[in-house]
Amino acid sequence: MNEQSLWSIFINACLINNFVLAYFLGICPFMGVSSKLSNAVRMGIAVSFVMLVASICTYGINLLLQAIDAPYLQLISYIVVIASTVQLVEMFIKKFSPVLFRALGIFLPLITTNCAILGLALFQTNRGYDFIESIVFAFGAGAGFTLALILMAGVREKLDLADVPQLMRGAAVSLMVAGILSMTFMGFAGLGT
Amino acid sequence: MNASGDSSDKSLYSRMYRAFVGVAAICGIVIIVVYQITAPIIADNQNRALETAIYKVLPEVASKKEFYLNTAGSFVTEKLQSNHVIYATYDLNQQLVGFAIPAQGMGYQDNIQLLYGYDPTKQAVVGMQIIQSRETPGLGSRIEDDPKFVENFLRLDVRLNETMNSLANAIVLVKPGKKTKAWEIDSISGATISSKAVGNIIQQSASFWLPKITQHYKEFEFGS
Amino acid sequence: MAAKPIKIPVVSETEQETNTFLNGLWQQNPVFVQVLGMCPTLAVTNSAINALVMGLATMSVLLMSNILVSSLRYFIPRQVRIATYILIIATFVTAIDYVIQAVSLEIHNALGAFISLIVVNCLILGRAEAFASRNTVNKSIQDALGMGLGFTLALLLLGIIRELLGQGSLFGIAIFPENYENWIIMLLPGGGFFTLGLLLLVFNWLQQRDTENSQ
Repeated sequence: MNEQSLWSIFINACLINNFVLAYFLGICPFMGVSSKLSNAVRMGIAVSFVMLVASICTYGINLLLQAIDAPYLQLISYIVVIASTVQLVEMFIKKFSPVLFRALGIFLPLITTNCAILGLALFQTNRGYDFIESIVFAFGAGAGFTLALILMAGVREKLDLADVPQLMRGAAVSLMVAGILSMTFMGFAGLGT
Repeated sequence: MNASGDSSDKSLYSRMYRAFVGVAAICGIVIIVVYQITAPIIADNQNRALETAIYKVLPEVASKKEFYLNTAGSFVTEKLQSNHVIYATYDLNQQLVGFAIPAQGMGYQDNIQLLYGYDPTKQAVVGMQIIQSRETPGLGSRIEDDPKFVENFLRLDVRLNETMNSLANAIVLVKPGKKTKAWEIDSISGATISSKAVGNIIQQSASFWLPKITQHYKEFEFGS
Repeated sequence: MAAKPIKIPVVSETEQETNTFLNGLWQQNPVFVQVLGMCPTLAVTNSAINALVMGLATMSVLLMSNILVSSLRYFIPRQVRIATYILIIATFVTAIDYVIQAVSLEIHNALGAFISLIVVNCLILGRAEAFASRNTVNKSIQDALGMGLGFTLALLLLGIIRELLGQGSLFGIAIFPENYENWIIMLLPGGGFFTLGLLLLVFNWLQQRDTENSQ
């Protein structure tokens, strides 16, 4: 019984409670992928697409599990669906755009363990979103993820040319940047209500 | 290298199959065992948490009954597979005391779940208890225990309009200390969004349930 | 001319196991060195008790998954290993979720979906693949305990810093006096990022000093 407006769900998932900068989900590829802007964009789009498909599938699975009254199978079925979705998307991309496939490389299978996608499925179930709300939520989350990845990549590209102290190089400075980005995104609080 | 290539392929498939089925069986057993052991304990915990909350939001509760909203729009006591459930509470003389209504909605950080008590004779919310919130500790989490905020819900006017199909006055959030009308809520300074969320949650829930409760009032008598 | 017999230092079985344990705790601490398993960590470290429960839950899943993967390592063919590992991990995470619900509904509600997110914690799958599938059950137990403890201590450290600075309390008990001005940022996601970044910095420095000293 969630009466949030669709626009509010989208803005919330994309900006206010950005999956990366507010919930800390999807950081693993964030740290690994985000040093090149072009990679970041591709990864973001791939993740958004998987999120959309996964959202629809998990909505269906949830209905099924409720029908057969087997709530304990929720996690296993979600993770199986997500893994299969990634596999399918990988085959799809390989067939229709080999260039994109080679560009994404190792990152595609990495999406399987991407906390953001499972997090999406779990949040949408816990909050009781209906079908349309789930899809809007997935769009918002994907958009927010891509946005965060792009911002991060842009900053890191500049950082590579800057004089960062030896000890800070790598994950430490990335986390600092992420922290500042997270603070700036807090400014969106209250938008859309 | 493979003289018996065909049979080793077949044996690979059978090994894969065997491994998968075997692992699935072990996992299945683990889950079922843990579930069976913990399910009654969890149900017990949830029941106790619910009862504690109900006692906090309504006075003089001696017993309660669950009511589900069926597709025909009337209230039934048998368990339905739905989220639309409310609790009618009765005192020692089996007179209806009020209703404990669970509601949820989006707060600042995540979903907020709460329970509020509705007294039909006073046409007001007489208590509110946060069941689950993951708001920022020290800020948004003050919706749970800030005394001034909780006071708002001891007599929050939710009377219905003339046609009995929605609230006469929408619940409105005002700055701390500026409350003048019975349907206003003093927000918590520094936790505006969380306070507003609570107001919205109750507003939407009351708009949904109260007209239906008033319509089907007879169905809640203890004997029926 | 006969070759001189080479003396090969023999490391005892227990010493090997202790080394494995310490490896997980320090040299390859999952959070600070390998920067693994961060996803579910930062969101729940804004209070010490949440961090502790999260760490212990992850350690339990890691332990049980390592034991099962290690016992079945000759039984699972290479081609299906990732799928079966994920199935095993998901099972134990589901089990832990129910156990936590039974023990304390309150803590379960505070952690929410993040308990279920342990299943995508790269640490557990990583250890199953890199260690448990190639070593004995005993060694895998040591590895799980070491990595798990290292993870828990790292989370606990984060949680303690964030709760102390952000709320002036530890495990709910007020430490700082009333007029302490809470550093709210510490309780918000940004603070989590900053704290982890700073801790990584300190850890890097300590490790660098370690390698310098041993040279």
